[in-house]
Amino acid sequence: MAALLQLSVFAENRPGRLEKMTKVFADEGINILAIYISSIGDFGAVKLIVDKTDEAARSLKEKGFTVSLNEVLGIELEDRPGMLYEVVRVLGKHAINVENIHVLVIESRHTAYLIVEVEDVAAAKELLKNEPIRFY
Amino acid sequence: MFWQQESETIERKRLEELQLGRLQAVVRRVYENVPFYRKQFDERGLAPGSIATLADARKIPFTTKEDILAHYPFGLLAVPREEIVRVHTSSGTTGKPKAIFFTKSDIDRGADLIARCLTMTGMRKNDVLQNMMTYGLFTGALVMHYGAEKVGVLIVPAGPGNTDRQITLMQDFKTTAIHITPSYALYLADVLDRKGIDPRRDLSLKRAYMGAEPYSEETRKKIEQFYGIDVYNSYGLSEMNGPGVAFECERKEGMHLWEDNFLLEIIDPETDEPVSDGQKGEIVLTSLCREGMPILRYRTRDLTAVLPGPCPCGRSHRRISRIFGRTDDMFIVKGVNIFPQQIENILMGVKGVAQNYQIVLESLDHMTVQVEIARDLFDGNVTHLVKLQNVITDRLKNEILVKPKVELHEPGTLPVFEGKAKRVIDKRTL
Repeated sequence: MAALLQLSVFAENRPGRLEKMTKVFADEGINILAIYISSIGDFGAVKLIVDKTDEAARSLKEKGFTVSLNEVLGIELEDRPGMLYEVVRVLGKHAINVENIHVLVIESRHTAYLIVEVEDVAAAKELLKNEPIRFY
Repeated sequence: MFWQQESETIERKRLEELQLGRLQAVVRRVYENVPFYRKQFDERGLAPGSIATLADARKIPFTTKEDILAHYPFGLLAVPREEIVRVHTSSGTTGKPKAIFFTKSDIDRGADLIARCLTMTGMRKNDVLQNMMTYGLFTGALVMHYGAEKVGVLIVPAGPGNTDRQITLMQDFKTTAIHITPSYALYLADVLDRKGIDPRRDLSLKRAYMGAEPYSEETRKKIEQFYGIDVYNSYGLSEMNGPGVAFECERKEGMHLWEDNFLLEIIDPETDEPVSDGQKGEIVLTSLCREGMPILRYRTRDLTAVLPGPCPCGRSHRRISRIFGRTDDMFIVKGVNIFPQQIENILMGVKGVAQNYQIVLESLDHMTVQVEIARDLFDGNVTHLVKLQNVITDRLKNEILVKPKVELHEPGTLPVFEGKAKRVIDKRTL
């Protein structure tokens, strides 16, 4: 299974930062698949899943942004009620500590992924391998 | 290796005899030629002939920055105007600058002092020195330039700024040494990092000479590590020639102050009394050899200490510690005296903090410390950033006893300094 990489960009909470960042993607023709902002007080990190990860990281760094690339878990969510509950229950059962979660919807509404940040991705994958869920 | 071995290793006793003779001569010269000094002496009933020992120097009144300003431009000349071949000024933030004049022999002597400094740190004719100090009225670049020329190194007179070009010059001319302010060295490091240039691998740098503004030991370590070089601390001031007053030898343990050219005193700035070796105080300097504009007992406002004991390098000239700060730089928050260097020292020792920082004095009780985070240590985890913020806050509180507000900033967003840095923003006076 290929690793799912998430870009984190350090950002101060001040006007214009997000605009400058997204302009880099627009200029480089990079497609944003999912984005959310994790922020505390005066600063935060913008989390992104993009189609051309390495290229995006390089362009951002060249423009002076502070960037980190981390592997995250991408758990497939079937489009039916109760699915999220099941996934979270499984994570809880294995005492996998979730640091952040957001959702990535691909193409049609049929497939969605729960993007889960955990401290140790490899360990989490190992714990989940016999569970009836699909993940990346 | 020495530039002027005999002068550099002169026995202490002979050095002191030399100093006394030179002191007596300079006192006579200024008494005869500079009305300001004649008045100072006469008012105190002090005859120029009454300086019989080096300790008698303490009878001579101090010369202050205000005295120099008051006699702007030509009032303190000790030689006819036509003997002067160069003027430098020291940055005047409050209007008029201080003008300092050089005769031909002043320039030559200053160059020899620099040549001593460069030679003792290993510079030879095959070296390439990129001089990133400001060429012009500021002494920093030109005085170094003349000294480097004496040694015979290849000088790249780049001046500060235009960082892309600096990097190209370093690559093209295989620069082995840079003369640079600490703030610009830090900024340059950030630019190199962003461009993916590793100075250890991609440049030929071996050493840097850093001065013109006080910086902490942690900053030196950070710069040495990033560039993979030796950083030598340099002390000077326009009033005493500019750079080359005191300089570190290869041991990098304090700066040898060229005592055959300058009479060194460290005093308690409050009581004006001398302090003993090892004690912190204000450095007071008398130029023993300058012709154009000798200055007696100049109150530098710089705080340092004499390092006790001889240096294994063999030079007999005493060493001073790095400048802790300037009495002018000290500020007070919640009634506590704080020097910017104390804050810098803590910041540069915290992993995760990048090169640039700024101190904002918000009110009599509140200060904000703005720091840029280190690009390579950002791991995307906001919790880790909060931890970093707390570590910085705690360490600062332990050092300065006041709890500052700590702000984390993106690298490259705080103001950049190519010359002397302005680290403290005082909003209280606005």
